[in-house]
Amino acid sequence: MLLGPALAISAVLFTLGVAGVLLRRNVIVIFICVELMLNAVNLTFVALSQHLGVGGQVFVFFVMAVAAAEAAVGLAIILAVYRHQRSVDLQNMRLLKG
Amino acid sequence: MSTLTVFWIFGVIAMLGGLLCITRRSPIGSALWLVVTLFALAAMFVLLDAQFLAALQVLVYAGAIMVLFLFVIMLLNLGRPGPSDIRGTMGIGVAIVLAGVLLFQLRVLGTAAPPEAIALPPGTMAALQQREGIIGSVAGPLFDAYLIPFEIASVLLLAAIVGAVVLAKKRL
Repeated sequence: MLLGPALAISAVLFTLGVAGVLLRRNVIVIFICVELMLNAVNLTFVALSQHLGVGGQVFVFFVMAVAAAEAAVGLAIILAVYRHQRSVDLQNMRLLKG
Repeated sequence: MSTLTVFWIFGVIAMLGGLLCITRRSPIGSALWLVVTLFALAAMFVLLDAQFLAALQVLVYAGAIMVLFLFVIMLLNLGRPGPSDIRGTMGIGVAIVLAGVLLFQLRVLGTAAPPEAIALPPGTMAALQQREGIIGSVAGPLFDAYLIPFEIASVLLLAAIVGAVVLAKKRL
């Protein structure tokens, strides 16, 4: 009964996350948008687990573990880059640009 | 109020939180609106028979991960509103078009349903939770069928801890 609305809301949240990644230049905000996308997928997992068994809920655990690891390492990388560049704007990170 | 109405209320809160999250100028605002979205998602998890995950969502996501984000934002002193980091008109147009295409592709999800052959009869999850408890119904498969992924996740977390410590050193 709730499956359709849950999947629709999840699609909208995922699209908002993608739009945020495309729209912003601040690395931390892009990171926050990635978290938004992960949460949209979590909602899909939970909604489908109601119909396809508890495995979906177990997968959300792993998504949370990966998100926690990603946040810790990603924010450490951002701090290291900030110490180097004094900026978190993607415009100033163009060392690889030809 | 029916369950569906409550579900849509929290869904609208989540979508509004997401929209405000990607449009706020200050990163602090973005992070706090994401917390609103996370709480709305936790409420939706409760309505979808995943009470334990709802508690974890609040504790781990809103409690731990977002605090890490806010900590880094405040450490880098990004809280005060500076020049906007939203891309120019061209970038906004490209983002809206690409996101619109994605939403158009995902629109079928609103009417999607699992195939009859593999779908469980309605109320199976509620019955399972009655029988094994709310946590037990998730913990059973986690330590049984998914034991090896669980161990791999612990190795991943260890690698993340070591990586974060190494990256945070004064000189790399």
